[in-house]
Amino acid sequence: MRSFCRRHAVAAALFVGLVAALAVPAASIGGGTQGGTLKMVAWEGYLEKQWVAPFEKATGCKIQRKYAGSSDEMVTLMRQGGGGQYDMVSASGDASLRLIYGGDVQPVDVSKIPAWKDFYAPFKSPPNNTVDGKHYGVSLQWGPNTLLYRTDKVKPKPTSWSAIYDSKWQGRITIPDNPIQIADAALYLSRTQPALGIKDPYELNKKQFDATVDLLKQQRPLLKKHWVFASDEIELFQNGDAWIGAAWPYQTNTLRGKVPVAELIPKEGATGWLDTWMLSAKSENTDCAYKWFQHISTPLVQAQQAVFYGETPVNKKACPLMNKLAKGSCAQYHANAPLSYLRSIKFWKTPVADCGNGKKDCMDYTKWVQAWTQIKAS
Amino acid sequence: MANDAVPAGPSLGGARRRLSGAFWRHPWLKATALLTPPLAWFGLVYLAALVALFVSAFWTVDTFTGEVERIWTLGNFEAIFSFEDTTYIRIAWTTIWMAAAVTATTAVVAFPFAYYMARIAGPRARAILFVLVLLPLWSSYLVRVYAWRLILNEEGALNWTLNGLGLPDADIGFTNTAMWLVFSYVWLPFMIIPVYAALERIPDSYLEASGDLGAHGFRTLRSVILPLALPGLVAGSIFTFSLTLGDYLTPVLVGGPGSQFIGNVVYSNIGIANNVPFAAAYATIPVVVMAAYLVLAKRLGAFEAL
Repeated sequence: MRSFCRRHAVAAALFVGLVAALAVPAASIGGGTQGGTLKMVAWEGYLEKQWVAPFEKATGCKIQRKYAGSSDEMVTLMRQGGGGQYDMVSASGDASLRLIYGGDVQPVDVSKIPAWKDFYAPFKSPPNNTVDGKHYGVSLQWGPNTLLYRTDKVKPKPTSWSAIYDSKWQGRITIPDNPIQIADAALYLSRTQPALGIKDPYELNKKQFDATVDLLKQQRPLLKKHWVFASDEIELFQNGDAWIGAAWPYQTNTLRGKVPVAELIPKEGATGWLDTWMLSAKSENTDCAYKWFQHISTPLVQAQQAVFYGETPVNKKACPLMNKLAKGSCAQYHANAPLSYLRSIKFWKTPVADCGNGKKDCMDYTKWVQAWTQIKAS
Repeated sequence: MANDAVPAGPSLGGARRRLSGAFWRHPWLKATALLTPPLAWFGLVYLAALVALFVSAFWTVDTFTGEVERIWTLGNFEAIFSFEDTTYIRIAWTTIWMAAAVTATTAVVAFPFAYYMARIAGPRARAILFVLVLLPLWSSYLVRVYAWRLILNEEGALNWTLNGLGLPDADIGFTNTAMWLVFSYVWLPFMIIPVYAALERIPDSYLEASGDLGAHGFRTLRSVILPLALPGLVAGSIFTFSLTLGDYLTPVLVGGPGSQFIGNVVYSNIGIANNVPFAAAYATIPVVVMAAYLVLAKRLGAFEAL
């Protein structure tokens, strides 16, 4: 859902995007068969000509695109007809574990991907695509969920997520309309109420989950709106409807120069999203797939996608190339941020019942979705 | 008809003649032959989809694999009508209440407008009014909803005007009030047209007779015009009520925090939670509400006014 919103906003095709995503998503574009054809499920904007065409030319592998509108659509497409209809998928952190546990994707031998060594350490084996030391894909790009505020209205400068639960800003707060937002509240509680014992905001037992849901229910009357599209939030901030809220760097960068805004990672840390290219368990095109893994991980392609899309590459060497493509973009998207910055971010992963303590007492994603409906209706 | 076209070959002509004779002797045969293709289409495409909806409402989903499990259960309906967690009842109630409020509003606004169009305006003015009513329908529904966002938001046209007049901000952007306004605006043409059709059909002689019998304007309106226009109002309300009931974009675009309709819950259960059976179970609520509404509308004679 996060990516679904973002992609269309970036494409500045909000009206069309909305209708298209609710109707039948984009059709695939045919390709040749010489050298093998990779059928790919991806977010719109992830298979752009500027880095796909050189790949096809260099390797002889053709790419067939199928754009998906949501993480769930991606999961469904990868499972369609018993799996094997598509070779690869650019899964977000809230879908990747489902594909791994469902046996839909195969392990990847990262030693065959030289560029992988240049990745920032946290993205080499992140928990949303690496299980028990086995890699099930190659990290692609990421982005943090930051605290965005109007510098002319919100004073003093906020330093904590407590600002978005503060009645001082009643009617001026906005947060994303996405069940995974529960993790943001859980992260805040993990620091402010240590007695609850929250260690991982995606692994919540009943008691921790209920406390988090209660916090969000108390927050609801303070909100101006749950934003659905990135462009929604931009409009809310631009028109003065919202002064403070949870956002992505994309919104901040779009708003800069229009209204006085600033963003920060509050002292409690933040959640973030990380996308991964994965390979179907039934794919027979592994040669081409490994060539793609390598191609998409190289600094230039990493930089191109980061600048085109407005996200952060996982390859350390992409930073100078980003600045060449768009001045200052490396710092803007934190591509050169120190490790301490990366470690302050808890990346999205699908909440599952089994959270490793042997009791299977964690709330799974279905519960999260139900609770989100209840929070909004409270 | 057949006789004029026949003279080709004797055997072919004979077959055609026999067929047309059979149709003439058995009128039911003709009706069957004519109606079978459209009815089959209707049954397969329309009813089969509804039946699939109802059947899958009794299934469940394996939360780990996301696969639909074809085990009969009432669990979905128990969750919806649970007394401990009234979330889904409240959402359905909000939706139905909003649909009723919008219907009442459009009826009140549409009636005088349609009355003027049908009985007072000259042919030229009537044509212009018709164009004005229908013109918004030529633009996308989304464009019109977004236009309202620009009017209602914090620094929008409404607050700008109010401030210019020395009044405080209205502060109704992203609230239920905003949704009510937008719905009442976008569905208004669907109320005006049937009411206009009903009012236009009232013979002048009825109104003259009412006057001759000593009734004043208001009495004529209450005892003659309103009862005769009622089927038109009910017909229009079918549109405004069902369109509001099924909408899920307006709550997303102009609604406030947590404003969600039945459609939003259905959408999030399919699109985010991948729980199609629950979505199907919840989607039966508007179907049942509309079925009841249509039965009531039929009693009030709405279908004669369509």
